[in-house]
Amino acid sequence: MTDTTTHVRAPEVVAEFVGATKRFGEVLAADRIDLRIRRGEFLSFLGPSGCGKTTALRMLAGFESPTAGEVLIDGRDVSAVPAHKRPVNMVFQHYALFPHMTVAQNVGYGLRQRRPRLPRREIELKVAKALATVRLADFGPRRIWEMSGGQQQRVALARAIVNEPKILLLDEPMAALDAKLRGEMQRELLDLQRSLGITFVLVTHDQEEALAMSDRICIMGKGRIAQVGTPQDLYDRPRSRYVADFVGKANIVSGQITGRQAGLAQAVVGNGVKVVLRDEPDDDRSAAEIAVRPEALSLASRDAAAPERAASLPARVTHRTFLGDHTEYLLVAEGIGPLQVNVPRQAERALGGHDVGASVHVIWPEGTGLVLAADD
Amino acid sequence: MTQSRARALLLTPAGLWYAAMLLLPLAVVLIFSFGERSAIGGYAPGFTFEQYANLPARFAAFRNTLTLAPVGTVAALVIAYPLAYFLAVKVSPKWKTMLLVLVIVPFWTSILIRSYAWIFLLGGKGIPALLESIGLDDVRLLNTPFAVLVGIVYGYLPLMVFPIYVALEKLDKRLLEAAADLGTPPWRAFLQITLPLSMPGVLTGSMLVFILLMGEFLIPAILGGGKVFFVGNALVDLFLQSRNWAFGSAVAVALVGVMLITVGVYTRLVKRFGASRDDVGLM
Repeated sequence: MTDTTTHVRAPEVVAEFVGATKRFGEVLAADRIDLRIRRGEFLSFLGPSGCGKTTALRMLAGFESPTAGEVLIDGRDVSAVPAHKRPVNMVFQHYALFPHMTVAQNVGYGLRQRRPRLPRREIELKVAKALATVRLADFGPRRIWEMSGGQQQRVALARAIVNEPKILLLDEPMAALDAKLRGEMQRELLDLQRSLGITFVLVTHDQEEALAMSDRICIMGKGRIAQVGTPQDLYDRPRSRYVADFVGKANIVSGQITGRQAGLAQAVVGNGVKVVLRDEPDDDRSAAEIAVRPEALSLASRDAAAPERAASLPARVTHRTFLGDHTEYLLVAEGIGPLQVNVPRQAERALGGHDVGASVHVIWPEGTGLVLAADD
Repeated sequence: MTQSRARALLLTPAGLWYAAMLLLPLAVVLIFSFGERSAIGGYAPGFTFEQYANLPARFAAFRNTLTLAPVGTVAALVIAYPLAYFLAVKVSPKWKTMLLVLVIVPFWTSILIRSYAWIFLLGGKGIPALLESIGLDDVRLLNTPFAVLVGIVYGYLPLMVFPIYVALEKLDKRLLEAAADLGTPPWRAFLQITLPLSMPGVLTGSMLVFILLMGEFLIPAILGGGKVFFVGNALVDLFLQSRNWAFGSAVAVALVGVMLITVGVYTRLVKRFGASRDDVGLM
């Protein structure tokens, strides 16, 4: 897909990466990225540092141009268009506010760059409106250093949205805020995105942040896209061990696939325990890695009756951590190794807890867990 | 020992230094400036404004100093800024240290020797000879204001380069990305972001060079050949040749006065450019 004529200017696509690759000397920072960003969506690039998420964002902003491939905005190849001519604006990680200007001058900066010039009155009105939007209406004459971290972030946000960009880029905007402020800011950003209708593209290494805010998440690793999907999709159907590990917690168990039918798969794990998995694998491997979420499993005493439509794995409790709404158990299962099981507080109250060292059964209900794709 | 007594004790050396090295000499000069020249030269006590009334006799020295010092400062600034910008922004880290050292290297040799080198460059067999070969006859460079200007710009350039370099070096490069992101082409970002934020360095460097130029006497003596002289040369002359200490003191007091005014203007400038509070620089 390198022929530009094949890209219809689809109204629902605001930006697109087509085989976008960025090489810094020996380092391949972004490797053949293909992604369509939908108009009005909240998309997050998620991954650890060095995964290429920031490079992707910077290619969209125009701070980096792809070594190969294309970046399109509104159907137009902007690979060669410098940052100052792109209809996107960015909220920088450390805000990058101009220290020699007041809050209002910072917010109005982008508007003052327009040629032909905007009337002064119009700039003042738009600045006032943007400041009101981020709840800093009276802070215009303040100096940047007089503002707290959270307020500076709002200024950075106002400075970007006042230009009504086609896409608002957010580079780890919450990284410098404390946990409480971060939660508040997340909700505010979401409200803002809904009321403005602007496409938001967020870069973060914080999976909770990505899950909480995004319509879709693009998980990246080693410069490549690992998986794109809604937060629920990625949590319920991680395609690879990398994604399963990155989004939420997952037990990774190796097993032998023994049968597959009607969207289900049978597998043998540990010392010959048969489990029934959700989803048929899309290849015919016999040995595979299986991911199962800690909250999908439950615990039962060894002497309890074997449950129906579930497999029982003998295990021993090694750690028990009470976390309020649930208790986190770490166990060693026979023939499998370490497993984590999260038991909701309610279930634990009804059925009783288990002490460290206790021998128990890990209950694996039919239709939970799924086969991960083979690693590249 | 109480804390306040400990503090007083610790401050004593600095206090004594100020008293002995700054206040006392200034007081002596001030008292001398109201005295008279004794018959055999030197100082004779008295109280007269005669020396100050005589200041216009040294008008030429003040005129030269007050034109060549600012012109030299501006010329040094115009040359130093692009150099400092290049070193701070454009050069790869691999070369940076070496190029910075090269800026300082001339300081390892005495300014006297380096100024003498300029005598040869600007003298008859130097640049004028070259100009003659392309048809420009009778160009005289040595012993002109131009020669003094070249000498002072050359001598003081590093003092201008370094403060500007430091200001540009610590400038957050992300601010330029932010400016580009908000629609500013690079040249305009330079004028709107880089230049104002490097102003503290510019002002520090200018002040440093300007103050030192105001007291300069060596370079005008060597490259001005007695025709272009500074207040510094007048002072050397008055104290060491004609031994008129009283008049020399009055000239010195006048020079200090001019410098104080300059510092006042400088502080004003810093405030006007709105440099952020922790960026004000040296003073």
